[in-house]
Amino acid sequence: MSEQVKVPEEEVVEARSPFSEAWEMFRRNHAAMAGLVVLILIVIAAIIGPPLYAVDPFEMVWAPFSPPGVDGFILGTDYLGRDLVAALLGGARVSLIIGLAAAFVTVAIGVTVGALAGFYLGWVEEVLMRITEFFQVLPTLLFSMVIVALFGASLPMITFAIGVVSWPPVARITRAEFLRIRELEYVTASRASGAKNFKLMFSVILPNALPPIIVQSALMVGSAILFEAGLSFLGLTDPNVVSWGQVIGSNRQYILDAPYTVTIPGLAIFVTVLAISLVGDGLNDALNPKLRQR
Amino acid sequence: MAENALLNVENLTVRFAVKRGSSWGRKSYLYAVDDISFQIKRGETLAIVGESGSGKSTTALAVARLVPAHSGKVELDGEDFLALEDEALRQARSKIQFIFQDPYSSLNPRLRAEAIVREPLDSLKSVPEADRQAIVDRLFKAVGLRKEQQRLFPHQFSGGQRQRIGIARALVTQPQLVICDEPVSALDVAVQAQILNLLRELQSEFGLTYLFISHDLGVVQHMCDSIAVMYMGKIVEHADRLSLFNNPLHPYTAALLSAVPSVDKARREATKRILIPGDPPDPINPPKGCRFANRCPVAQAQCRDAEPPLRDLKGGHRVACHLVGDDAVSPL
Amino acid sequence: MSEPLLKVENLRIELTTRDGIAPVIDNLSFELNAGENISFVGESGCGKSMTALGIMGLLPEKIGRIASGSITFDGEDLTAASEARLKEIRGNDISMIFQEPMTSLNPVYTVGEQIAEVLRRHQGLSAAQAWTKAIELLDAVRIPNPQARVSDYPFQMSGGQRQRVMIAIALACEPKILIADEPTTALDVTVQAQIFDLLRDLQAETGTAIMLITHDMGAVAEMSERMIVMYAGSKAEEGRVDEVIEHARHPYTKGLISCVPHIMQTLTEERHKLTEIEGIVPSLREFGRNNCLFAARCELVEDRCLSERPPENGFGKTQKAACWRAEEV
Repeated sequence: MSEQVKVPEEEVVEARSPFSEAWEMFRRNHAAMAGLVVLILIVIAAIIGPPLYAVDPFEMVWAPFSPPGVDGFILGTDYLGRDLVAALLGGARVSLIIGLAAAFVTVAIGVTVGALAGFYLGWVEEVLMRITEFFQVLPTLLFSMVIVALFGASLPMITFAIGVVSWPPVARITRAEFLRIRELEYVTASRASGAKNFKLMFSVILPNALPPIIVQSALMVGSAILFEAGLSFLGLTDPNVVSWGQVIGSNRQYILDAPYTVTIPGLAIFVTVLAISLVGDGLNDALNPKLRQR
Repeated sequence: MAENALLNVENLTVRFAVKRGSSWGRKSYLYAVDDISFQIKRGETLAIVGESGSGKSTTALAVARLVPAHSGKVELDGEDFLALEDEALRQARSKIQFIFQDPYSSLNPRLRAEAIVREPLDSLKSVPEADRQAIVDRLFKAVGLRKEQQRLFPHQFSGGQRQRIGIARALVTQPQLVICDEPVSALDVAVQAQILNLLRELQSEFGLTYLFISHDLGVVQHMCDSIAVMYMGKIVEHADRLSLFNNPLHPYTAALLSAVPSVDKARREATKRILIPGDPPDPINPPKGCRFANRCPVAQAQCRDAEPPLRDLKGGHRVACHLVGDDAVSPL
Repeated sequence: MSEPLLKVENLRIELTTRDGIAPVIDNLSFELNAGENISFVGESGCGKSMTALGIMGLLPEKIGRIASGSITFDGEDLTAASEARLKEIRGNDISMIFQEPMTSLNPVYTVGEQIAEVLRRHQGLSAAQAWTKAIELLDAVRIPNPQARVSDYPFQMSGGQRQRVMIAIALACEPKILIADEPTTALDVTVQAQIFDLLRDLQAETGTAIMLITHDMGAVAEMSERMIVMYAGSKAEEGRVDEVIEHARHPYTKGLISCVPHIMQTLTEERHKLTEIEGIVPSLREFGRNNCLFAARCELVEDRCLSERPPENGFGKTQKAACWRAEEV
């Protein structure tokens, strides 16, 4: 180059992690953001609601079947004269805890089984996948009812029962992702530079397999809440804690006389699960690199 | 045997079990690499060329012990690499490093560039932690990347830059042998030149020894000191660069060379296209004679009956063809 | 000379991206005569494939459109043609083969069915006639034992054979133009040589014009009479292949030729450092700017290159280059 010419400098790019890019995508998804806001409100209500609204959901505080808005009870009272606002707030805690805990159990079992099967292949995979199929073909509601009926209707046991019947899809997704990713060259590169199996499995492959697993477990929270509602509707619930399903179950005989006693907790379940689904869908779009280009 | 050979591969065989529907569960084997031997001298570059299915990539993976070898010997600097197990193998992996073909799938998308380059050091723990960053810095500079780019993630780089990261990662353990598996074939032509020049500069700077796998004869001609041509798991010809390109002896090598389109008018006019019709035979049941016989324009009865051994002609030119005499004249 | 078969004038194709509208093809003009063989060369992202898709009327829906300019095929302006008319032209008059022969064939039908389907749809042949013609076509693209292979499924064929089937499908209706988009990139070099031979022979027999899209200068030299070098959506250089290779007038063309280690007739011990073209193709955002888009990578860059787009200068009868300093290249 003979004369001095100004060539545009290469622009300095800031480091953006895959996580921050996913969040950027998520933020642009209005439905998912709405879901997230609703979900956060529900969580806040579940945390600060009971201390603020200091009414025992089991206490008979007023006459039965007092309709919403009458006599100072915003959502009315149920067939025993218990305050539905208190039931709703208390139930939110239980529903969310069970939802999260059951999803955690599901993911823990599913990811472990799927990761081992997808990494070691051979007989390990054969055995684990046959077990997975066994659990997948069990009638889930029936099986969880049996567990709860046998071992007692406590919250941990209900959580466990839901987790035990729900993990197969997570295991299958994890295995499929492992099978795909283990063939990629960066895994071979790690192996070529002396990474141990444990490291390959959990710090090379698993982080890259996470997106579909995260989406699945988000949706899992919603279905665990529904599952718990189903169980407690059938009476398989811890009698010492209040949950949305239990409120519906205990008031179901009076659905024609006082429909609000069933519809209000039903609506709570519906809104919560819908919010979780929207968040899950949003995560799916945000974490899927193919959709990110659009 | 040559004293200064860094890598000595003897009778290496790699086979894969294949399931065939009609064989009642009896296993058949595909010999992807079938009894091959070669050496690489320290500081030199050997290319293995061949078309898809020739076994060139499998050879590279087997030398690096990324696929298990069925039999044979891989000696690196006198040490039998195939005999190592567990922890000894893990540590020895630092001596043979790999540069991959696809710059998109060869970098972990969740790690920053610096972590990708540092990963081998972290895995092997052969260097004290305090020194690792300095090594990474030095290599980033050596492969032509800026320091502030260390913080970026793979998707923020172009294909050529990603390949530079892959090269830095391969060099970080100061390996004795670097295996380049089609290092530029996924890159745009203009970027290929940058990477090829970089590989040659690094070779002279660090005294590297390359095993270079490629299907691109132009690239091979530019990069390598000697070339081994593979066809269906066998080495059919092995010679230094000038001998192979100026006097290809095996009909397959000649066909391969004549198929490369050239911008050189003189070469286009001088080269007669050697047609090799059809496809290679079934690799699971290879013919008993020469594996190239069914496509060879000059094949004779003996070619179909007996497999030609890889013979040493004068000047280290090795060829596996019945029709090449000791006078090293092409049968074509 | 009479009217060219295909005449593209001032073509501008716009693509809607997240950052706004970008001209992937900017002010492109060229002509293709009947029976001619022309090559489009350049790196990926320079608009070679987009030109082909524009001619075929196959731009990505919703996000791509022809903003201005005309594509005149056989006297008819394709930019004004209806979708129905374009469908008629595709397959009958202009057809295309792609890089990846595995994904362009439908895996659940035999190759015979896929060839026959095209013949029935475009030429109104009966099922039996189409099948017979399919066998003839497989024979024409030199697939051995076509009577038996016509009932094969795509997975039963090798990559080279699948590309031959794609060529058979493309040529089924005897098109006037065959667009070959990197037809041999996924294939081995000996197979590539066979496919090139086949294309050349078929062209001599049928008089089809071929538009070859490639990044390989060797392939251009081997196949074509004329070439167009594309850079960042515009034409950098155009001319007869031997002239351009002998004396390129655009620094980009020169770089493309010399950055690849070619096998020359006489090899020597000496190996020069390869010429590098620094940097990469600019991003779509920069397309269409009023400067030379190659300036950032050019060794000959001067102030004028950064402030004004270079016009096309002619050299000799056919060679044209869009560079301010083309005289000095």
